[in-house]
Parts: sequence; C-alpha cells; structure tokens
Amino acid sequence: MQIVNLEEEILDLLGGADVVEWREAMSEQSHDYDIAIIEGSVTMAEDEERLWMIRGRAKILVALGACATIGGINKLKNNFNLDEVKKCVYGKNASMPHLETSLTRAIDEVVKVDYKIHGCPIEKKEFTYVIRCLLMGKKPEIPQWPVCVECKAKGNPCLWDYEQVCLGPIIRAGCDARCPSSGFRCFGCRGYVDAPNVTAAKDVIEKYGLKVEDLKSKMVLFGSKQRPTDE
Amino acid sequence: MSKNININVHHVTRVEGHGNIVVNAKNGKIEKVQWQVPEAPRFFEAMVRGRSYEDIQLIVSRICGICSITHSFAATKAVEAAMGITVSQQADAIRRLLHYSEQLQSHVLHIGYLAAPDFFAAPSVVPLVAKAPDAVKTIIRAHRAANAWSELIGGRTTHPVTIKPGGFTKIPTEKEFRQLQETLKETLKDLGTIAGVVLSVAGNIPKFQRDTEYVSLKQTNPSAYTFYHGDIVSNDSKGKTTPVKDWHKVTNEYVVAQSTAKWAKWHRDAYAVGALARFNNNAELLTDGAKRVAKMFSLEKLCCNPFMNTVAQLAEAVHVVETSIQMIDELLTKGLKTENVKTTPKAGKGAGCVEAPRGILFHEYEFDKKGNCVAADICIPTNQNHANIQKDFEKFVPEIIDQGEDAVRLKMEMLVRSYDPCISCSTHMLNVQFVK
Repeated sequence: MQIVNLEEEILDLLGGADVVEWREAMSEQSHDYDIAIIEGSVTMAEDEERLWMIRGRAKILVALGACATIGGINKLKNNFNLDEVKKCVYGKNASMPHLETSLTRAIDEVVKVDYKIHGCPIEKKEFTYVIRCLLMGKKPEIPQWPVCVECKAKGNPCLWDYEQVCLGPIIRAGCDARCPSSGFRCFGCRGYVDAPNVTAAKDVIEKYGLKVEDLKSKMVLFGSKQRPTDE
Repeated sequence: MSKNININVHHVTRVEGHGNIVVNAKNGKIEKVQWQVPEAPRFFEAMVRGRSYEDIQLIVSRICGICSITHSFAATKAVEAAMGITVSQQADAIRRLLHYSEQLQSHVLHIGYLAAPDFFAAPSVVPLVAKAPDAVKTIIRAHRAANAWSELIGGRTTHPVTIKPGGFTKIPTEKEFRQLQETLKETLKDLGTIAGVVLSVAGNIPKFQRDTEYVSLKQTNPSAYTFYHGDIVSNDSKGKTTPVKDWHKVTNEYVVAQSTAKWAKWHRDAYAVGALARFNNNAELLTDGAKRVAKMFSLEKLCCNPFMNTVAQLAEAVHVVETSIQMIDELLTKGLKTENVKTTPKAGKGAGCVEAPRGILFHEYEFDKKGNCVAADICIPTNQNHANIQKDFEKFVPEIIDQGEDAVRLKMEMLVRSYDPCISCSTHMLNVQFVK
C-alpha cells in the first residue's frame, strides 16, 4: 500500500520499469520477473510453494516491509502454542483444515533474499532509492547504525528521560527517527541493527531503574523469536 | 451464447487480500455460486494477550495497511472504555480529523485505483495514465493530500504513532493546521473534478438491486453524520439504536448449515456495512457539497444497489473534507492547548467501535490490574459483508447469466470490488462452501 502512496513518483518509476504484475492494483499477470518484490510473512504451506515459484522466476528478490524482512508483528504468534492460538480465536472450529497454521517465518527463512526494505510501514523514499539502484544495477546502501543516531541529529529529547522504553539504541536507522520525533518510543519495526549493543542497552535499563523484562516486553512487539530478544 | 459457464477466479485482483469467485452453470442452470476467502488467518486476538494496554493499538493497527488509523482508534477507544480513561474535547476533535483523513485516503484509493478501471473497461489504473492523464493526476493529488493529512496528525501516513490512550503524544501546530486547511480547499476542487469524471462513465455502473439490511453508527445529541461516535443502527431497527458495548447482539456471528463460515446477521439473513450503509442511515446529515454529489448520481436514501457504494464513498469524501475545513476553524478559534496525558492501568473490559472506510468495526479487550491484555475480540467490516456478497451473487448471477462467461466474471468481480473489501483484515474467516 505504501507503493500506491508514492503518488506522482510512481509514474516516474513506471517510466523506468515495466510493471508486469501487481495483484493489489492490477489485473495483469506475468511469469518472469527481473525484480520480484515480496511482502508478508510465511505461515502456510501454500505460501511456501508460491515463494519457491516466485524465487525461481525472479532474477532479484526483494523482501518488502517488516512481515517479510523480520516476520514482524506476525511473529508474536510464535510465543504461544499454536493449537492454543487457534482455539483462542476459532473456538470449537479450531481443527478446520483451512485454519492450519505454522510458525511465522520471514522470507529469508524460506528462500534467499537479495535485498530488504525494512519497516512497518516502509519508508517510501527508501523504497524508491532501492528500486532506482536496482534498475541502474547498483547495490543500495542500507543504514547499519541505530535510530538514536538519526534521533540525536534531529535534536529530539531522549524519550528515556520521559519514562518511555524506547528501542532506538538497538534498532536499525533509516526512518529519520519518525516515531521518537512524534513523541512516541521506537518499537523496532525496522528490526535490529546487525550487531545490537546489548550490553549498552542493559546499562541504559539500569540507569533508568528498570528491569530487563520491561525492555523485553517492548522488544517482542516486532522482535519475537529473534536475537537478541530471546537472549 | 453458450449455456455452460465455468468461472473460477483465483485471487480477485485489485482488492486488499485474497478472495475467489466460483460459478458453475450447466445448460443455463446454475449449479454453484461461491464467494470464497482463502486468506491466511493471522490470529491477532491471540497475539495481543499479555501485551500492555499502551501497546495494543501498535499491534492491531497492523491488521490493515489501508485502515490502520481506524483499527488504532477502535482499539484505543476500547482500552479507554475498559479503564475509564477520558479524552479532552480538543483531543477528540483532532482524533476525528485524523480519522477523516483515512476515510478520504481510502475512498480516493478505492474510487480511483481499484474501482475506476472497471468503469473505463481497463485492467488497472496503469493504462489509464495514458488514456486519461489529467483524471489520474487529479486522483493522485487528492490521494497524496489525504496521506499528507494522515502523516501530519498521525506522525506517519500508515500505522499512526501519535495516538495513545487518553489523547495524543503530539499535535500539529496552529500554522500546520492552517496549511492543512488550505490544502483541503484545493482537495475539494479536485473531488469535484473526480466526481465529474466518474459521472461521465456512470452509465457503466450496473443497475442491480437487492433489498437488504444496512448497519452503521448513528450519532444523536448532537446529531451528525458519524464515523467515530454514536451507537449502532440499521434500517431494520426502527430508529432504535444499540449501544456499542452490546455489539455482539448486532453481529451474531453464526455458522451456516452445510457451511462452516462464520457470517454476521442481525434482523435478516445478511447485512451490509460501508459507505452505502452509512449513507442509507444518515444521508440527511451530510454536508451540502456531499448532498450535491449524491444528487448528481441520483443516489437517494435506502438505495439498494451495492455498486452505488462507490458513489456513496465519493459523497463521503466531499463530506469529510468540508467538515474538516470547518472543524479546523473551530479548533483554532478556541486555541490549541498542550496536553500532557498520563494514564494508570486498571483491570476491566471494554468495547470500541468506529466506522472504517469499508464499514463498522468492533474491538473488545479485557485487561488485568497491571493493564496487560487477557482477552481480545475483533469483528471487522469485510467479514460482516461476506454473507451479503454471497446473497448478492445468488440474485445477480441468474439476472446476467445470458451475457456469457466473460461478462459474468467481470460483473461479479466488480460487485466484490464495490464492497471495497479488505480481506486481509478478516480475523474470523472460515472455509466458505456454498453447495446448491
């Protein structure tokens, strides 16, 4: 949906690429792709088959958005027993074959992913940047530093001083610290930086008189069943 | 014309989520008409358990990328109802402004990108760029304005981050509200242009009718065309409204014989929600501009042509923009105040209801004394429409069966799209089997 939200810019991108299939916005369909963009996470056998098929037909595969890149919110489910989850939502109908579900997986837990466009929602600018790079045969650069870097650069007050458990120190930048800039703590939709500084995070918690559990209860939102949430 | 028809549309395009259409006819006799939804269940109601009341809206807004603001509000209102948290008049007004931005964004998206190609006999909006460039650019401009509006108040275009129980984390400045108001005046002109374009192809809107029940919110005291406040009403409830906390009495999710689908019914065997339902229950409360749009298309109260939902959306788009221009004046005349909202959790259970662009939405949560969620129940508009879509199919297909397979397929897809379904929101879908 964020791609539709590109508004006029999408017309420029359409000028550089030939969009052959886009189920959400077009009725046209195709069988070969130079670039395939996949959103969503994998929870059903059918998803996995489609993913293998798309991977086989695509030269470059891009995972788009938190569900695809890290599993995101959908992975909250993995913290529970799946039979119990089904019973909770569907009651006595829980054993219906249609409701068969498995542990939520990110795309790169099933097939090889060439590039990731992070976030929930994605940053539109980052999307057009990555696609432009790929159309030109260049490798896009995705930030390796935490949200705090961007947040400090914007001169925002630290939300930890306002009693908010903010994940800025360990989450990948690239969003221009959107949420802290709106007075709302970072909750990790872009996933962890490659090497999150867990020790420093623990120091911060101690400094503000909180427990590791307080931090973890926020890390599970987008970071369930990922390192370092489970450490 | 062949008397045998075999339609199997796997994954209807230009809708959010996955839906299938199946029709079988032999010698002109219809054997099977099915509306199926194979979307993967996501189990949000199970996933939110154990999470803090301050995190619920963050999680459930992810149910949908189109109506994330609506889901955030339904959840936040439910949290507030459960814990007895009140919201200031100012925050309430700004919330409604934010909610209007999503109605505009979603309606323009549906009218322009998802439904319009059918009226122009195009497979998508992409070929329309060459065919009707000015119309497409106007649609894009209106859609961008709506998104910028959401971003200004919500912090992001999708999945807002400024909404919290009790109010907002941050509100726009007076200057930003004034700029928004100027943009909205331009958007109003664009909507006029879009209405003209849609009117030029209105002859392609099928003339199908089926009397049904229409369910929406209704606000009295003061009466208003509502998306955010009020109680539940329908054209069958004889003016009597049902309080939001009793929403289960309205949705009555049930399982059909020979079928395992949970559908919704109230006074009849199916009901419809969405722009047309709101229009049918509240049309007299629309702004003058919105009433003019309805009149252009001869859309009148108790219209029972589901294809006219798109026109009702157009009238609503004008309504939310006109209303917002006026609300910004009222807000700024009173003067913006900085409000620091602090809430303390307590145990309780509460329901929250708002109108999503595609129809009435219910959320309900129960919390322990630390404010952690112990149970959740969500009923989304698209699920409330599924039974109604099926009933439409059953009446519509025999009326058009002589037009041949391609026409039947296209018109059935158009019918599904006219409901503006958001299938990925469907938290309660079970396998749908209609065997005649």
